[in-house]
Amino acid sequence: MPELKVTHQKAECLYDSYERKGELTHQTHYCPGCGHGITMKLLAETIDELGIRDRVIMVSPVGCSVFLYYYFDTGNVQVAHGRAPAVATGLKRARPDSIVISYQGDGDLAAIGSAEILHAANRGELITCIFANNAIYGMTGGQMAPTTLLGKKTTTTPFGRDKIKDGYPLHISEVMSSLDAPVFVERVALGNTKQILAAKKAIRKAVESQVKGLGFSLVEVLSPCPTIWKQDPVEAQRFVREVMADIYPLGNKRDRTADAEPHPAPAPEPALSELPAILKLPKEPAPADAAPPNPREVDYRIKIAGFGGQGVLLLGQLLAEAGMDDGLAVSWLPSYGPEMRSGTSNCHVRLNNRPVDSPVVTRSNILIALNEPSLQKFVSLAEPGSLVLYNGDSIPAEFRREDLTMHALPFFELADEVGTAKAGNVVVLGALLEVTGLLPDETVDRAMARVVKGEKWLEIDRKALSRGKQAMAASLGKEAACHV
Amino acid sequence: MPVTAMREDRGFIEVNAQECKGCGLCVEACVQKVLHLSAHLNHYGYHPAEYDGRGCNGCGLCFYACPEPGALKIFKAVA
Ligand SMILES: Cc1ncc(C[n+]2csc(CCOP(=O)(O)OP(=O)(O)O)c2C)c(N)n1
Ligand code: SF4
Ligand code: SF4
Ligand code: SF4
Repeated sequence: MPELKVTHQKAECLYDSYERKGELTHQTHYCPGCGHGITMKLLAETIDELGIRDRVIMVSPVGCSVFLYYYFDTGNVQVAHGRAPAVATGLKRARPDSIVISYQGDGDLAAIGSAEILHAANRGELITCIFANNAIYGMTGGQMAPTTLLGKKTTTTPFGRDKIKDGYPLHISEVMSSLDAPVFVERVALGNTKQILAAKKAIRKAVESQVKGLGFSLVEVLSPCPTIWKQDPVEAQRFVREVMADIYPLGNKRDRTADAEPHPAPAPEPALSELPAILKLPKEPAPADAAPPNPREVDYRIKIAGFGGQGVLLLGQLLAEAGMDDGLAVSWLPSYGPEMRSGTSNCHVRLNNRPVDSPVVTRSNILIALNEPSLQKFVSLAEPGSLVLYNGDSIPAEFRREDLTMHALPFFELADEVGTAKAGNVVVLGALLEVTGLLPDETVDRAMARVVKGEKWLEIDRKALSRGKQAMAASLGKEAACHV
Repeated sequence: MPVTAMREDRGFIEVNAQECKGCGLCVEACVQKVLHLSAHLNHYGYHPAEYDGRGCNGCGLCFYACPEPGALKIFKAVA
């Protein structure tokens, strides 16, 4: 009697038992006869053969193959629908020594994720994509995929896929091979054992091309889904072989593995200390590091609103930068809400001696309204007892509140006097400093010198700042009670 | 531990009945026609694949046809 040795058994890179819910720890979650199980096995065998298990990161999709991490004893990341190639890109770039293999169904890759796969392939990312094409959305119960065959009845094409309404089956491998970057693209099938063995070869070649650092590789696997196709496993296998492979021609679509040059090792990232120079930032240390924490109790919740072009956002930025220099915790939140479209803009600024919990200012204790619609919109949200600065000669009667300190000044006209109405926002800043003393003048000047680009503008803004202070002081003297 | 084949067969297979889902793809794949689905149900309610007990040549085709990673183990005669 001859002695026997094991030639085929469960791959080593797969777990012995699967930590799934309940007692199903000895079976995959796939339906009987599902192609995902076979493809998974081929991939696992490849990983074992190449001895790369400790370097592999599997990226699993949304779809029936979502649970690869139950099976592969490798690195695993499960990602949002369609995004596997984007996440794989990040993983590979962050860890160039890893072997990153993304696995996606046809709904995942060819529908919601079509942009990600196209651009990852076109960039020639050093990743391997296994594309299980079963021409249907399996997990969600059988909706049409871009790959669904013409005439096929699905839950979303109850009369059959119609080329006029629904378009044609999408040939991903052919699209991939129309791009310059990919080094290996092949379509294989699981229609019988011969096809399965060819699939194994292609998967191995694709992964190997990544191990050699050659470039992007993709293997499209025509894969049976007996459950949704409503066929028994043997019929479904025949359908792959006889019908699907007819619409989706099998074979290699691109193989440059013989003459492709390995990608050069990625250039080392610049040291953190070099970043300021690269980004052309001023040499002085970051103000937040430099300024000691400010001991005074401060909680300014500032809302600034006006027309686009009035410098609303810059005013907020100046306050935040100066606050930072003063040792405060700050936030600056420009708001790009729907109001952008009607030409208005606003921002929220918080200055606090403690960490800022939320950058959103709902109830302001300083409201700067640079036009009437802004005053109308936000005055009702001002906290009782708080401050309002309004750009105008006087506060319109319908928006006056007795419980607020409200000042009106024509900031932009004042700015015009010092050279240009564009500096109106800085006149506001001057007035605000005068009435609140919220930040030291020198600190504001330093921040302004940093934020404002160009000597000429800095000159104008310095004038505008003092014009604002003056005007506010005069106005305070005139109406000692501060109520307008 | 080496397993000894029945008679002079060149191969042998073991089915792990708890990992098998009774899909029948291995039965279809076997050129020697030495596999069948059992009349019994396994723990999960499937009719698992069963080896006839002789005639396997250890070709491994059933292994590649099978979607379950751990259902089949193939042995082959040494030399
Ligand atoms: C953003 C988002 N949109 C939709 C879904 C619902 N969804 C889950 S799986 C799936 C389709 C999966 O089909 P396919 O990629 O072909 O994989 P299969 O299940 O057939 O293996 C969809 C649409 C989701 N989970 N997330
Ligand atoms: S629904 Fe289809 S693709 Fe999903 S596990 Fe079942 S057979 Fe596989
Ligand atoms: S190894 Fe080959 S001969 Fe043996 S049972 Fe499997 S397919 Fe049949
Ligand atoms: S192919 Fe695998 S799961 Fe299907 S019947 Fe055979 S051993 Fe069982």
